[in-house]
Amino acid sequence: MLDVEKIREQFPVLHQKVNGRDLVYFDNAATSQKPKVVIDALVDYYQNYNANIHRGIHTLAEKATKAYEATRVLAKEFINAQSEQEIIFVRGVSEAINLVAASYGKAFIKEGDEIIISGLEHHSNIVPWQIVCLERKAILKVINITDSGELDIAHYKSLLSEKTKLVAVNHASNSLGTINPIKQIIDLAHGNGAVVLIDGAQAGAHLEIDVQALDCDFYCLSSHKMYGPTGTGILYGKKELLEKMPPYQGGGEMIKDVTYAKTTYNDLPYKFEAGTPNIADVIAFGRAIEFIDSLGKENISAHEHELLQYAKEKVGALPGVKLVGTAKEKVSVLSFIVESIHPFDIGQMLDARGIAVRTGHHCTQPLMDRFKIEGTVRASFAVYNTKKEIDQLVEGLERVIKFMK
Amino acid sequence: MARSISEIQDEIISEFSLLDGDMEMTVFYIMELGQKLPDMPEADKTEENIVKGCQSKVWLTASMDDDKIHFTADSNTAITKGLVSLLIRIFNGQTSDTILNADLFFVHKIGMERFIGTQRSNGFAAMIKQMKLYALAFKSRQAVKS
Repeated sequence: MLDVEKIREQFPVLHQKVNGRDLVYFDNAATSQKPKVVIDALVDYYQNYNANIHRGIHTLAEKATKAYEATRVLAKEFINAQSEQEIIFVRGVSEAINLVAASYGKAFIKEGDEIIISGLEHHSNIVPWQIVCLERKAILKVINITDSGELDIAHYKSLLSEKTKLVAVNHASNSLGTINPIKQIIDLAHGNGAVVLIDGAQAGAHLEIDVQALDCDFYCLSSHKMYGPTGTGILYGKKELLEKMPPYQGGGEMIKDVTYAKTTYNDLPYKFEAGTPNIADVIAFGRAIEFIDSLGKENISAHEHELLQYAKEKVGALPGVKLVGTAKEKVSVLSFIVESIHPFDIGQMLDARGIAVRTGHHCTQPLMDRFKIEGTVRASFAVYNTKKEIDQLVEGLERVIKFMK
Repeated sequence: MARSISEIQDEIISEFSLLDGDMEMTVFYIMELGQKLPDMPEADKTEENIVKGCQSKVWLTASMDDDKIHFTADSNTAITKGLVSLLIRIFNGQTSDTILNADLFFVHKIGMERFIGTQRSNGFAAMIKQMKLYALAFKSRQAVKS
């Protein structure tokens, strides 16, 4: 069991009043708050050893390089990759997907090939593939989803063929919380000779990730949804694939030798890390990974699952409330609509009581279209949230519903 | 004779001051104002009557009667409907010149930026712009007539 009060003490931002009331932060699927160890790591770097990495031979450069590379080792262990060479630092999941789409797409996607995504995807896992398909004259196919918000695996099987070159799906849905059966998805794709990219944005802080057991080809994470800083994240790629892929961007760091006639590229992972990287945030991301590890994913999941069950019961019982996304396996995301009250109004009224939720389409417009709604109210929970906070949400919703009647 | 837009704005300011800065009361009050707004005919809720630049849907039309302008509006969100109702309360029955030259000092005085946020502030500015565009159109039509 986790001592949630003790965990809350580590998050300075949680201890404030918003509109006269204690802040209730339920927008964790958008970005999680940061523990003090992460914030301190940023300050420590800038105050004590700010230097550009890899090239310098002076003491500060050495210290910064070691700290930066230490996060790569932590990330490798976090997802059980085979080697650090498979861990590429990127700005976040969006950049990771764009990197694969651009680089893998350029090298391996040809006219008439097919790319499969799912009906649960964030715009970040739709648009890069649309761009590739336009450029390469390839075809984008979309896996149907059921009324409960789960992937229709029979439909997925029917889409797979020898034309399928790549499958890109999320580990968990940001809008509905559905956890997808990614092992099954990967195995089926491999059976057809396709590679698989998993968008792990909503899994990083909640679910166990073992890329070797999954045998997935690419896996993407954003630091800022895992208690780490914004502006960094990782792309995991199988080494043999990354080696075959052309560079994504050119610049410093990513080269071995440059002449006007010919440039040879650096080895993995540096081949994909052009320019001075986001050193401070990568170092602090390491503290966030340690923070998650110190609590244990299993404990985090158990606590969040309890919160989700409690919220489902309490919020689901309110008059006029309809839960959107009722998959059996879910991360701690509660999406709902209230009859004849617009999600924006609910969001604004909850904010007036210090409660932060997300309202709108959550960057998944096609998914909202599927349910024939404009958007939802989404409360998403993190390890520092409590049942008492859910009671505050319920109280706020009760007032809104009563007033709008 | 319509009351001046300054008088109406002063009235709004004093109403909001009664709410004493309580955010929840303020939001409820704005929505209440929206509920009192006369219904807009469904036929007017067309694509071309939608105010561009609002995150919520806002429909706005205007008519002119004896050199006075009358607006009708609706929105799919209660708060935005309340916000547009404030503008209608100020502008309805005014001349195009008054609307075009209006200084909407109440916006700042009631601390609107504090409770509507950046997204809605942009939407609110878009509503004002659209109302002024209507006033400008009526003004130029009058100029052609005379």
